[in-house]
Amino acid sequence: MSAAAISVAGLSKRFRVGERERYVALRDLLARAITAPFRRNAGPATNSSEYIWALRDVTFEVRKGETIGIIGRNGAGKSTLLKILASITQPTEGCAEVRGRVGSLLEIGTGIHPELTGRENIYFSGSILGMKRREMDLKFDSIVEFSGVEKFLDTPMKHYSSGMHLRLAFSVAAHLDPEIFIADEVLAVGDLEFQKKCLGKMGEVAGSGRTVLFVSHQMNQIRRLCARVMWLDAGRILCCGPTAEIVTRYEAAMASGDGAMPAPREVPRGRGRFLGWRILDPQGGDPHSLEAQGPVKFAFDLELNQPVQGGRHRILLYNRDGLLVWGDDTPSLNLSPGRHRLVYRFADLPLRPGPYSWLLGLYDDRGGVDECHCVPQLNVCTEPLNNLEDERTGLLNISPDFSVEV
Amino acid sequence: MSLETNPAGETLAVAARRTLAQVETRGTVQVAVVKRIVPPGPWFAWNLRELVEYRELLYFLVWREIKVRYKQTLIGAGWAIVQPIATMLVFTLFFGRLAKIPSGGLPYPLFFYCALLPWTYFAGALAGATGSIVENQRVITKVYFPRVLLPLSAVFSGLVDFVIAFVLLIGMSLYYRVTPGPWLAFVPVFLLLAMLTAFGAGLWLASLNALYRDVRYVVPFLVQFWMFASPVAYPSSLVPERWRAFYGLNPMAGVIDGFRWAITGQNPPSLGLLAASATAVLAILVAGWWYFRRMEATVVDVV
Repeated sequence: MSAAAISVAGLSKRFRVGERERYVALRDLLARAITAPFRRNAGPATNSSEYIWALRDVTFEVRKGETIGIIGRNGAGKSTLLKILASITQPTEGCAEVRGRVGSLLEIGTGIHPELTGRENIYFSGSILGMKRREMDLKFDSIVEFSGVEKFLDTPMKHYSSGMHLRLAFSVAAHLDPEIFIADEVLAVGDLEFQKKCLGKMGEVAGSGRTVLFVSHQMNQIRRLCARVMWLDAGRILCCGPTAEIVTRYEAAMASGDGAMPAPREVPRGRGRFLGWRILDPQGGDPHSLEAQGPVKFAFDLELNQPVQGGRHRILLYNRDGLLVWGDDTPSLNLSPGRHRLVYRFADLPLRPGPYSWLLGLYDDRGGVDECHCVPQLNVCTEPLNNLEDERTGLLNISPDFSVEV
Repeated sequence: MSLETNPAGETLAVAARRTLAQVETRGTVQVAVVKRIVPPGPWFAWNLRELVEYRELLYFLVWREIKVRYKQTLIGAGWAIVQPIATMLVFTLFFGRLAKIPSGGLPYPLFFYCALLPWTYFAGALAGATGSIVENQRVITKVYFPRVLLPLSAVFSGLVDFVIAFVLLIGMSLYYRVTPGPWLAFVPVFLLLAMLTAFGAGLWLASLNALYRDVRYVVPFLVQFWMFASPVAYPSSLVPERWRAFYGLNPMAGVIDGFRWAITGQNPPSLGLLAASATAVLAILVAGWWYFRRMEATVVDVV
């Protein structure tokens, strides 16, 4: 079971800058040829600045049955990588080996023709996605049922609503039965109910021993579906590892660009300082990451050079967007010089997974003793329980009991 | 929603399904398909095995083109006849009655229609093949299949119109009391020659069109010139004898001459001309295939 389904070695893909608009007309080419002798930089066309590497020396392996998520900002090379693995485009260097029948879903509704009826499109779209005719005959009823458009099967697709269009298209794709499934951001379309359906199907595919490689910008989807994540940046693999860790780091990196967190106040140094923080008895071994629901204890270490009389201790917890999610003030603290450990016990800290940051402060009537952002940040890596779309997840990670009562 | 999870973080239902799938997998013999993805090499081999594997998709592509062509039209497949008939009438009037082009003893309508039939097919297939890559650019950037299926499907889908128009030709030759002879058996041969010509030239033009959109404006001209370089509106006997072999380098010359003969049994084409045509087809085809394969490697990055 552990044989590699996909092995990629030193894969690179080079594009000419602006290649997509390159050949507009023969005229331009002729014009370029004519003006070439008069141009000053008549150097060779292989000027390195004309090229960009969409992928650079990418090496990785995907084991059979594994579900891998690929994350990274736009233009990081995620789609290019999928396209190479799906044989749609060819690499410039390196090689990849794919063992098993590949089904690629880079778009919902590839090959659907508006003039054809639903029935005709099921066959055509299925065929172009790689299904055999016999296979489609067998699955036809199931496809139709999943799509829920039985009544309009013999209506040209151009009369379909966009929702029906989408449902039929996804339904065909969902019945592809490849050993290796490659999907690009396909779950990010349609209404909520549809997305749930797609996700359920994806989970089914991932759970049935198939190898899945998929790109998403929805971190909660990635958390839910993938055990391992590959983070691409500027065409290279930045890191590859367990989902919780990588995704949290990714989110932290994406957030730090915003700089939304409030900067700590300047306080005169010398009277004391916070040394650091840790989770006491951490579940997963990492004292800075919260990996399970339930009771948790945080310890903050403080070193004082001078006594503090009637001091006030403040603690604030910010999420990655710089939003304050929790805060508290403890007044009337009398502390002697030396080391102190401030301990907070939570019965549960149901925070949505992601990176968080502590802001600690200690003040007395003479002013501030210390105020700082604690490093490292707190990584919450618990199982996400909420809606999988990032913008509909909210701040809390809780699953209430739901019932409908008369 | 409540989730019971095991340490791997999967729901019990998923885990159960996985176990089931594993059992199923063990029960069957898995044939491993290994595909190596490497940069395009200097020589682009013919991957005929892959074409055989994708024959069903070719069928569906042809089927789609035929279906779509006459959707929401008034006379549907009637268009397959209207075009050659109308052209035949014009030719009969101008080239026949007025210009008195020698027709080798054949009635003008039959003389022209015999030539217009393969020509109309060829022109349509060529135009279809030329546009095939660009028209399907959305599809080819999203899913893989041998790109050559696209021009190939244009070549095949034109056959339906051809067959419809051919039925009319049979009726017409009966009307003019031209009895079909054993030479009728050569119709498929010349049709194949026309298909190969359309395919070979289509490979060139489809590739060029993907790279330079100008091609789509050039093709109508090209088709027109090509028609006058073929014996559609005149017999090839008008071409001086010493130019005949050179003339035959236009494969459609061989196709049309051969077609006329296969239907009417009169004026058999010269063997030299046929040999030249067959050689030219082969050359166009091989070069077209080579050029297409070269384009295929990068087309997705460019279209």
